[in-house]
Formats: sequence, C-alpha cells, structure tokens
Amino acid sequence: MMGIAKRQFDAVVVGAGGSGLRAALQLSEANLKVAVLSKVFPTRSHTVAAQGGVSASLGNEEPDNWHWHMYDTVKGSDYLGDQDAIEYMCRKAPEVVVELEHYGMPFDRLDNGKIYQRPFGGHTSNYGERAVKRACAAADRTGHAMLHTLYQRNVRAHTQFFVEWMALDLIRNSQGDVLGVIALEMETGEVMMFQAKSTLLATGGAGRIYSASTNAFINTGDGLGMAARAGIPLEDMEFWQFHPTGVAGAGVLITEGVRGEGGFLLNKNGERFMERYAPTVKDLASRDVVSRAMATEIKEGRGAGKDGEFILLKLDHLGADVIDKRLPGIREIAKKFANVDPVKDPIPVVPTCHYQMGGIPTNVQGQVLAANALGKEVIVKGLYAAGECACVSVHGANRLGTNSLLDLLVFGKSAGEQVVKDIAADVASLPDLPSDYADKTMARLARLDSSKDGESVNEVGSEMRRTMQLHCGVFRFPDGLADGVEKMLKVGERVKSTFIKDKSKVFNTARIEAIELDNLVEVAMATMISAHARTESRGAHDRSDHPDRDDVNWMKHTLWFKENNRLEYKPVQLKPMTVESFEPKARVY
Amino acid sequence: MVNREVIGAHYGLRDWLVQRITAVVMSVFTVIFLVKLFLMPQFDYAHWSALWHGNVMRFAALLFFVSLGLHAWVGMRNIFMDYVKNTNLRVVLFAFVILALVTYVAWAVQILWGI
Amino acid sequence: MRFEIYRFNPDVDSKPRMQSYDVEMEPTDRMLLDGLMRLKVQDDTFSFRRSCREGVCGSDAMNINGKNGLACITKLADLKEPVVIRPLPGLPVIRDLIVDMSQFFKQYHSIKPYVTNDTPAPEMERLQSPEDREELNGLYECILCACCTTSCPSFWWNPDKFVGPAGLLQAYRFIADTRDLATNERLDNLEDPYRLFRCHSIMNCVDVCPKNLNPTKAIGKIKDLLVKRAV
Repeated sequence: MMGIAKRQFDAVVVGAGGSGLRAALQLSEANLKVAVLSKVFPTRSHTVAAQGGVSASLGNEEPDNWHWHMYDTVKGSDYLGDQDAIEYMCRKAPEVVVELEHYGMPFDRLDNGKIYQRPFGGHTSNYGERAVKRACAAADRTGHAMLHTLYQRNVRAHTQFFVEWMALDLIRNSQGDVLGVIALEMETGEVMMFQAKSTLLATGGAGRIYSASTNAFINTGDGLGMAARAGIPLEDMEFWQFHPTGVAGAGVLITEGVRGEGGFLLNKNGERFMERYAPTVKDLASRDVVSRAMATEIKEGRGAGKDGEFILLKLDHLGADVIDKRLPGIREIAKKFANVDPVKDPIPVVPTCHYQMGGIPTNVQGQVLAANALGKEVIVKGLYAAGECACVSVHGANRLGTNSLLDLLVFGKSAGEQVVKDIAADVASLPDLPSDYADKTMARLARLDSSKDGESVNEVGSEMRRTMQLHCGVFRFPDGLADGVEKMLKVGERVKSTFIKDKSKVFNTARIEAIELDNLVEVAMATMISAHARTESRGAHDRSDHPDRDDVNWMKHTLWFKENNRLEYKPVQLKPMTVESFEPKARVY
Repeated sequence: MVNREVIGAHYGLRDWLVQRITAVVMSVFTVIFLVKLFLMPQFDYAHWSALWHGNVMRFAALLFFVSLGLHAWVGMRNIFMDYVKNTNLRVVLFAFVILALVTYVAWAVQILWGI
Repeated sequence: MRFEIYRFNPDVDSKPRMQSYDVEMEPTDRMLLDGLMRLKVQDDTFSFRRSCREGVCGSDAMNINGKNGLACITKLADLKEPVVIRPLPGLPVIRDLIVDMSQFFKQYHSIKPYVTNDTPAPEMERLQSPEDREELNGLYECILCACCTTSCPSFWWNPDKFVGPAGLLQAYRFIADTRDLATNERLDNLEDPYRLFRCHSIMNCVDVCPKNLNPTKAIGKIKDLLVKRAV
C-alpha cells in the first residue's frame, strides 16, 4: 500500500468546540506544537448553541458555595456520578468562569458590575432547600459568547487549526499506546497521519442518533466511534438527556433559562402540572424529572395541540422587556420555528434528545481509562478526552443544566494541563508507527470509493434514528429494548455495506456523511445494548418493568466494548476528594 | 520586489474628512448661490455680472471650486484604487487627474476674475 | 418545489452550471435547509455546509434568490419559485455552494479579535456596569456567516484590503468593551484608505444580516472615534 502523508506534533486535539478550544489554549500557551482538527470552522462547533448559562457558585446574587453545587450535581446525577470528580468540578467552577471573564467573555452584569446569575433546574441552596441563582449567563447566548471568546483567545495564542479536517481513526501500537490520528482533509479528500505524543478527543456528543434532537448535524460522535473501533470502552451510554423544551416538530432548543427567569409549563387544561410532580422547585426540577412529567401528561391525554402532542411553555407574563433583555434569542427562535411570539403566546415544546451523559471513560485529568488484559482499569498512554465525548463521570444518570459548559471548561483545562505535564515528563522521541497502521482506515475509505451498490446512507441512518427514538426514548420498555437490540444489530450489519454515488475527491459531503454514520451506529449500538442490560430506573434511564432505582445491584457504571458488544461494569466512586460522601437517598424536588 | 499585500497608509481619516468637509462647503455655497440667483431682480447679464463683482462671492466661488477639486480628487483616486491594480498605471492616472483638477481650478480663477 | 442550483465540482466540471431540481416536500418541511437536505438525499453529489440548523453556527450562508441568507432560517413559504441558489458571491468557489472563506477569516483575524488588557488580572471578575455591557449588544452576537461581507461591493473590489462589515463590526465590539485597553492600537490598525474607509455606507450588510445586526452603524462609530482622536 502506498504510504500516506505524515506530520508530527506534540499534541493533536480533535474537535474545536468548548472543551477542545479550552484544552488547546492550555497547550498553545505552554508553547507546545499543537494541531487542532475540526470538521467545521471552530466557531461553528455545537457549543455555540448552548443558551442558558454556565454554573459556578460565585454567590454574586445570593449566598452560594461549591458544597451546595456539589450536592445538587450528585443528586441530579441520581447518585451515579463519581463524587470525587463532581467535587473537583464544583470547586474549580468559580476559577474557570472568572478566567473566561478575563478572556473577554461578555457576561451579563449586575448593577454592582459583577457577573449576572440566574436560577436553573436542579440548582438549590442549602442542600435542596430552594432554587438558587448560580447560572452565569450572556443573555440566552452563553454558549455562543463562550465559544467565540475561547476561539478568540486561541487566535491570540497562535493555535494552529486544521479547519475542515475530519479525524477518521485512532492509531494504537501493540502496547495499546495511542500514537495519533488519521484524518481526512475535506477540501481535497486527502488523508494524513497526525502523529503526536498526546491525542486529545474533544469531539462532543452524538445526539444525532435520535430522530428528534436539539443537536447540530455535526454531532455524530466521531470521537466515540474512533475510540470504540480502537478497543476503548464507552461508559454509561444508556443515559441520554431529553431536554424538556425542544420546539415541537423542529427540535430546536428552548433554554431552561426561560423557566429560570420565571416561565412555566402548562398542559392543555392550563394547569401548571409541575406543581404535582415537584412541589418544592416545580418547573426547575432536574431535566429528567421534568421531561418524564411532560411525557406522562402527553401520554395521559393532557397534551396540548390538535393531537395532544405537545406541552405549552408560557412566558408572556415576564413582559416584553425581560424577554428582550434576557431571552432575545428565544423570542427569535419561537417566532421562526414555532410561529409564535412568546411575548403573547406560549411556545409548544416536547422533550427532545439533548445530551449524552456517557462517553469515553476518563479520570479528572482527562486521561482515558481502559481495561488491561487482566481486567484492571489502566490509563491509555497518549489518549485524553474532555467535554461531552468524555465520561468523567460528573453527570451520572442525568446532567444538571449549565453543568455541560462547566464540564468543558474544567476538564478541557485539566486535560490540557495533564497533556503539558506528560509531554514535559516524556523526553523520548515519538514511538514508531506499526507498519500496517493505516490499513483499516484506508480499507474503509476504499470500500466507499469502489463499491458499485449497497445500502443508502440516508435509509440506514433513518432506520437507526427511528429505532433509537422508538425503543430507547424517555420511557423504555423491556420488549421495546429487546426489539431495539435486534433492530440495531441489523443496522450494524447494514452500515457495513453503505454506498455513495459520489466518488469525487473535493469536498465530498456524501463520503463524510457515510463515515459519520459509522460513528453514529457505534454510539447507538452502545446505547441500546447498555440500556437493555440495565434493569433499573435511574436518572434519564426509565424502565417500565423496573420503575425504581436499584442501588444494591446497579450502583455501577456500564462499560460497553465494541468487540462482541461485551458489557462490563465498574463501581461508582462514592468517596469525594475531601468532603463526606452524599449517601444515596430518594430524589425529591 | 516581493509581492506583498501592503496596507496601512495612514491617510484614510484625513481624506474621508476632506471629502465630508468639502461636501459641506459645496452644499452651503450651492444654497447661497441659488438664493442669490432667485433674488436677482431681473434675469439678465447685467445682474449676473454684478453678482460676481464683489470679492466675497468670488472667493466663495473659488472655495467651491477648490472643494470640488479636492472632493473629486478623493473620489477619482478611490475609483482608480478599486479598478486599476497596476501601480505604475495608477500613478500616471493620478498625475493626470491632479493636472486636470489644478487646471480646472486655475480656469475657474480666470473666469471669476475675468467677468 | 422547484430549485435552480449552482453546481460546480472541480473533479468533473470544467465550468460551473445551473441545475434544476424538483423536490417533493413534506408538510413538516419549514425552512430552505429542509428542502436542501431532501435534495441531497435525491442527489448525493450536491454539496453544501450545514450544522446547527437554527441560525447560530453560521455554516449555511448562501445566496438565495439573489440575496444572501442562512438556509436554516429562511422560510420556504417566503420563497419565489424556482428558488435560485448560488454560493456566496465574491469568494472563490470550492465546490457547489461551498466557498473558500479564508479571505473572510483573514480579515476577521486582522482586527485582533480578542480582549487586550495587560493589567494584572484581579482575583475575581473585572467589573463592568450593565450600561457598559449594553454597549456590546448588537456586536458580540455576530456568527461569522459572511452574509454581510460577501454582499458588500467594497469587499468584492478589495477583499484583500478592505476588512469588510463583519470584521469591522468585531473591531468595534472590542473597542466598545470597557475591559479592552487597546483602543488606540485598534484605531491605528484601521486608519487606512482601504481597511475601514472603503465602506461607503451602501448598507447591503444591514439588509442581509440574519441576526439583524448593523455593521454600518458600528463603522460609523469607529469613524466618530477616529475624528474625535484627530480633532
């Protein structure tokens, strides 16, 4: 086989969303030779769509501290989150948010000049007593402001970007060390090996495995697919967050900040039903709780709309001034995608797939963890992951709103710091690449280039999305999951023979979509298999046959391996770093 | 010489201001001129000629033509900058425009003081 | 629905062509992007950029019936048939609707798009009053889609020298930020017959901006500051 072009770096970062950019900044400012690969121009990454805020117990508006934030996060995770990681994240929150402000983030302000904070679902003071203002916001464009700020800071740091390059596969040697990635330049169709001492995956989530998703089209779980193919397990993939308020029909996100600012949900009778499901914090309960309540209302015939298919989000009582000042983007979205002006009418919303709690298992330094031959958990040398593609796990079975932006700042930074440390300690030159390192990847590309017929990428993709939506949604049923596994196994076979008509080199988006589908199917498979096996209800995973949480048998993380769809489990870390554990108890909001 | 994209000639503001100020001067003169014209008791050569006998009107008109020249210079230069990419040719065209505009102003003086 | 689409694939075409398509729409299809996605299923060789499908990432900017806009927030119902789709004008076409945006980003980078403040960072946030923060509204929301810049004749004529509306809007975003201390350097950087003053207030930028921002107004404010500094 012909050799492919090769370039060498200290570190390669795959993905230029929030976590990738935050990590890259750490690396560039340490004067390392870094390559940041991204399928899209960095400011087009999906972090840009985050709306409501980033949490940090700054206490700018009312007393707050990281202990309360930690408690909320542990409780929100339905006790599946690792408490050491959660403590780390909540303690680091003020530092990384203030740092971001220093980088130029245009946060909204209070009269005293400090960062504006708003209430958000599941955020409480004094261990669940009442809602607290913890979400630092830039109107309802926090993600946009953050992503642009991080990109701008990287411009200042002269970070080297490879824009519209898609990473295809991780390269590991016989010891299992990661040596870099093979990537495709979309503009030319050329393939190149990025050899590096450290490879950091920051590829985001894969929300596009569902038909109804708030996610961008680019959220195809490329990092997860690459990891799975390289023999690295995926953790807790059965846990997918359904955001309570996606615009009905369109899927576009309406931030929880709407409810933070005082909006609430109504069923067709005009009843504020969340009062029944979460008497204390009502509409600001955790997302899994609210989504389930909404789905229950719809199921029991109290949904609004012609077919009773959605719930109404009322915010007109906030007044045009507050809406235009704090939620201008929401007004825009509602007008465009729901044909309603929220200043006058409620927005039709439904729970919509939003966030992947699981991912590539890592520790708090972003180092990827895998099992060795003896089944013991070990660090994969040279591989790191951060952001939505990683599972630290701080979100456990359900993420709190605003903790995702926090996650990518905290762990993007810590992973970056660890890479800098590891490169400084490792004076050896780059290890040699195995002679056949590119074979599998090139064979995959060659199949697409040479096949004369086969499965349509769109049809296989639709089948996967339908299956996930139908069999692995807000409510899950034993038969549905069993059928889902069967169907996904078939999809897994079909995806091996996808076919594209377009064989050209230059910006062949059909080829890109086919490769993305490979990754999506890995993620969907992991989700379905893991969900089928977990016989309890916890956080976002709700099973009709096991309606309760089962801490005796299931207080453990799922690890899915691509090879034979094998599942293993590892215990949840219940012991925080410095404080007392939060013991599991019933979750009431 | 290496072919580099060079920018940063620090006269952007000056020329922009010149264009605005000359525009104001020209408008003001135009208004005065029109008013004077309509206030003429009779529309004949004698009155027309008398209009230009005072030095005030002559200098005002001169100011107008100088402004017109400067205004036209900035405008013409911008057009050449947009459409003529060859530096040598551009310099020649600039010289031609300057020569023409100076000639026009001189001609204006000759007319104004010759009436 | 009938579409006329600009097609060019350098691998097979020697020159660009317009291709007609009839696409069967579903009642749920609301935006132009939905139509283009259906078209893509019909003909997988048709290439365009897209990502967030809600108008915040700026990927799917294109020329729609003669006017630049984002496909994902352009309602199909508002479009006259046949819908004529071309790539953004004034930038080199790579393939179909995909243009080479390096010139655009080069201009964005040229205004040093980051807050510059070399004073020692305080322990907590730098304070900023709500009124001062308000100054950034209408500026920081830019999504760098290039609709404005590629509709600007001044940019078509001098893409290498004129910063363009998007870049200038961002230039003012940093001038307007009370935390940024490099206003003088920023003004120096723009004091040039091309970089800023090629703006002749044609206002195509204001007309097409999918986020309803007003680059011309921002450019005016930069000019005001330059005047204030000089006189």
